[in-house]
Amino acid sequence: MTDDRIVPVTMPKWGLSMRLGKITDWVVAEGDEVQAGDDLADIETDKIAGTLESADAGTVRRIVARAGEDVPVSGTIALLAPPGVSDDDLDAAVAQARAVIDAGVPDEAAEPIVETAEIGGRKIRYAGAGQDGDVVLLIHGYGGDRNSWLFLQEPLAAGRRVYALDLPGHGTSTKDVGDGSVDLLADAVVGVLDAIGASGGAVHLVGHSLGGAVAAAVAARDPRRIRSLTLIAPAGFGAEINADYLRGFAEAQTRRELKPIVAELFADESLVTRQLVDDLLAYKRLDGVATALRALLGTLVGADGSTQRIDSAAAIAALGDVVPVTVIWGSADRVIPPAQAESVPGATRRLIDGAGHMPHMERAAQVQAAIEEAIARAR
Amino acid sequence: MARTITYREALNEALVQEMERDESVIVLGEDNAGGEGAPGDHDAWGGVLGVTKGLYDRFPGRVLDTPISESAFIGAAIGAATAGMRPVAELMFVDFMGVCFDQIYNQAAKFRYMFGGKAVTPVVIRTMYGAGLRAAAQHSQCLYPLFTHIPGLKVVLPATPYDAKGLMTQAIRDNDPVLFFEHKALYDLTGPVPEESYALPFGEANVVREGGDVTIVTMGRMVHTSLEAAEQLAAGGVQCEIVDLRTTSPLDEDTVLESVEGTGRLVVVDEANPRCSMATDISALVARKAFGSLRAPIEMVTAPHTPVPFSGALEDLYIPDAQRVVNAVKAVAEYAR
Repeated sequence: MTDDRIVPVTMPKWGLSMRLGKITDWVVAEGDEVQAGDDLADIETDKIAGTLESADAGTVRRIVARAGEDVPVSGTIALLAPPGVSDDDLDAAVAQARAVIDAGVPDEAAEPIVETAEIGGRKIRYAGAGQDGDVVLLIHGYGGDRNSWLFLQEPLAAGRRVYALDLPGHGTSTKDVGDGSVDLLADAVVGVLDAIGASGGAVHLVGHSLGGAVAAAVAARDPRRIRSLTLIAPAGFGAEINADYLRGFAEAQTRRELKPIVAELFADESLVTRQLVDDLLAYKRLDGVATALRALLGTLVGADGSTQRIDSAAAIAALGDVVPVTVIWGSADRVIPPAQAESVPGATRRLIDGAGHMPHMERAAQVQAAIEEAIARAR
Repeated sequence: MARTITYREALNEALVQEMERDESVIVLGEDNAGGEGAPGDHDAWGGVLGVTKGLYDRFPGRVLDTPISESAFIGAAIGAATAGMRPVAELMFVDFMGVCFDQIYNQAAKFRYMFGGKAVTPVVIRTMYGAGLRAAAQHSQCLYPLFTHIPGLKVVLPATPYDAKGLMTQAIRDNDPVLFFEHKALYDLTGPVPEESYALPFGEANVVREGGDVTIVTMGRMVHTSLEAAEQLAAGGVQCEIVDLRTTSPLDEDTVLESVEGTGRLVVVDEANPRCSMATDISALVARKAFGSLRAPIEMVTAPHTPVPFSGALEDLYIPDAQRVVNAVKAVAEYAR
């Protein structure tokens, strides 16, 4: 008999292929009071290290999983409960949770299914989470891929179908980007929406950086198809951009060259792990990527070599009152200045304190909340 | 998209993709197809351990089975390279280098230099090395130090399927002669490998494990022996940083030195015989350029200075194992002046 005032804290699913997470350190101890958004524990997967934030407020009554222990995704690692809940009820809940941890990962835990759509002669790869409901499509930025959304895709998928794609030139999609234009990238996004059968008016677009400009272009083509548009540190809303970062990323050949460049993406540079740099380097070394990144650099940066070439104002104007726009920006963004959020007319603005150009990685819970709000407002 | 495939399949995929990309790429060696032109099954072998399987039908006329004459076909490959082809020749066991060494060290290695940079020799010589297959003294050696010694040759020793594909791709595209060493015990090793082509640059070591207490510099099969040792040591609180050289020529000195500057302690793990080896070479490098960082004498874990034994029991003792690495790491970690 468990008390329904007991709130389990569970191992998150960071990325569709995550099976297991290791708790490297507990930030909180039994007896601590926590608020929603407070750091609970440092967690490491074979891909990434991050900090789990509390989804709820409450008292940490029990810590179930020890530091250093591997826990299957969604396994209970701690229990929040008010002081009125009895020790017996808590101990019963701990015993249940321990049984799940001790059983390990079920064998049938399948690899995520990656779909392929053939669009304009290019293979575009995408993966989905969630069973039914509105479609949310996540569009990454320059040099990213669908795994950029690893902290958000599963959490957003409760009651929705959440897809993330690899834009042309990125991830596992075809590396040829043609002229590298925003229009060509938008074609790929529209093709994926068609392929997943996203019906009119039930699509929410979320785009980051270059992907923000792409999302705006897609929405402008057929505003009635799109229910909400969320732009995270988008390109296209001002002249200023860190062109040195973009050029450096395109040109870096070695880990030594790439690491300090990637560090500019984050406010907290300790997030730039060897694994992250190695994964980016492995991507950059695929045949065709260097050419694609150069072409896209020409899309982002004007002939003067220092200012933005993309202008998304016309796309936003085309949305009129049909599509509500939300802009999310990290206050410590060193790639595109957060002040450009003011240049998105009629948008709801959310500034994420202490985050750099990748708030969806650095402050995932806050970005998730802002996206949830944007989706809720659109109804 | 990355899937999990074997080291053998990764090499085969690199060959297929480069042969599709560039029709000057050809493959030649003993039993690379097998059975052709003689009684026997069509495409029966694909090399003794199957790396070139399937290429014969896929690339008609570009996979050549040669007579058992290394001096002839290694020489032919080097000559073809100077004439515009990109041959991948298979020297079945590196132990057979003796009969074709002139072609490699005194011809291929010298052309670019002696012809003032006007000649290039884009040849890859794939070869198997290493003990552990009960193949005795003449089929089990680790002779990469001999080639590393020769200026003008590039020497590559991939430890994983990912590295095998990327380094083979680079080897084929490279304009210099490359000696490509495949350890017999690694062919069935599996790991994630992208389907698409990619080239890994030579001269870039890979830090396969981070740790602050002791640096292990190693290569080839010994990367895995070192990783096994590092796991055991971590349980006892000693954190090893493992540097996989990936290529012994060119050599990534910076990554080795940076790691030792961080840990102050070095163990070199090398399956080759100890004299004039990568173990002594790396030890000398660190002693000269990172002496001030060293907090303990350098340890080397190598095979003994003997031929590889025929006796299975002795062969097992000959090959450095995780326990010997653990002992060496403990010795340097616990060293006190």
